[in-house]
Amino acid sequence: MPQEVERQYKAILRNYLEQQNELNLYEGQTFSKQLIQKNISPEEMIGIHRAALEEVVSDIPEKIEHSFDLLIEVMVRYGLALHEHQNLIQKQENFRIEMDLAANVQRTLLKTTVPQVQGLDIGMLSVPAKEMNGDYVHFLSDSQSVGIGVADVIGKGIPAALCMSMIKNGMDSVDGAHVDPAIVLDVINRIVERSVTDSMFVSMIYGSYDATTHTFTYASAGHEPALHYSLQEGTFHELFIKGLLLGVLPQTTYQSQTVRLEIGDFVVLMTDGVTECRSQDGFIEMEKVMKIIEDVKTESAQEMVEYVYKELILLQDFELRDDFTLVIVKRAV
Amino acid sequence: MNISVDLQREENKVVGFIEGEIDAFTAPMLREKLAEITLGDSKEIVLDLSEVSYMDSTGLGVFVGFFKNVKSENAKLKLTGLSSRLKRLFDITGLGEIMDIESSTGEVK
Repeated sequence: MPQEVERQYKAILRNYLEQQNELNLYEGQTFSKQLIQKNISPEEMIGIHRAALEEVVSDIPEKIEHSFDLLIEVMVRYGLALHEHQNLIQKQENFRIEMDLAANVQRTLLKTTVPQVQGLDIGMLSVPAKEMNGDYVHFLSDSQSVGIGVADVIGKGIPAALCMSMIKNGMDSVDGAHVDPAIVLDVINRIVERSVTDSMFVSMIYGSYDATTHTFTYASAGHEPALHYSLQEGTFHELFIKGLLLGVLPQTTYQSQTVRLEIGDFVVLMTDGVTECRSQDGFIEMEKVMKIIEDVKTESAQEMVEYVYKELILLQDFELRDDFTLVIVKRAV
Repeated sequence: MNISVDLQREENKVVGFIEGEIDAFTAPMLREKLAEITLGDSKEIVLDLSEVSYMDSTGLGVFVGFFKNVKSENAKLKLTGLSSRLKRLFDITGLGEIMDIESSTGEVK
């Protein structure tokens, strides 16, 4: 390999010494790309130049010859720096591979399945705006109740991803899906508050549906309020409840409220990717979003969430600015 | 999209006028600019948000972080001139209860 490089360089040098034009000079530039690819250090290159020069030019003054020895010494550190740089690039690539692996593990760990509970129809859709989803949905369930947590982690990268694991652990550590949502949020807040940095926090809504009493009990940690649609009245009610974001203050307590669902009623849980949509003419008002949901109120919950997503992405010219998460819990019988 | 912070020192307080949209793109710039504020003898910082046309949760994160910092230095932070949209954001997140916020005047909630 080095012999091939030497041979090529000799030809380039000979051409240039014969005729100093742009084209011959450019040959040198192209050649340097090859040198980098083949890991040839700057001092090695000077050696190659010297050998080529000795063959091409017969009468090199002795002093010029000696000057190459000095130049090689001077270039040695550049060679080392280059080598270090290449090592770093390799390391960075390794990190990237590890990150991808970690992200995959994370995705597998955080995977949740929509539970099947008699008399209840649940639809869920969570679409990330970028590669990593900042929204997180986790379900708990037993024979007659379902716990639904919808969270929006504000913050980026690995800390945010780890935060989701904390939320999952917090939810899993409580004693089942029927536990008071206020207690669930208390628990998660204590876990999250200890671990997050100053500019990172989480908004979360947690609701527990009891299929025997047909009641939905909910608590919010600074999250977008859920909506209750009453089929009989044909209207939405905002289920606003006070509660501070998770991870801001350690001594926060949450409260919960309960709403009863009649047949055909449903509850909508969402993140700000749904409520803060912007089209070219400004914000898409919440009334508009409600109208879209109402249009498909008789469809299955899964069809509903998919329809709403399609309509909203259309209104936003197919550009999703924020992670989009929508969960609909509908009382079927 | 851009964000500007214009600082004025008044007696015992620092007043900042923020103008622009605060989203994932501009939030880091805002965070940097706020971090540059030195309190000196002032014990209060007032940030006027009346020229903030949009803010998402990333922007909220900047103010939460800043609020914690200011508090740890025993100073006060006040946010003024919040539009109804911004006010709603602070209300929903519960931050309106722990932070000193003021809607823009004459606005009907």
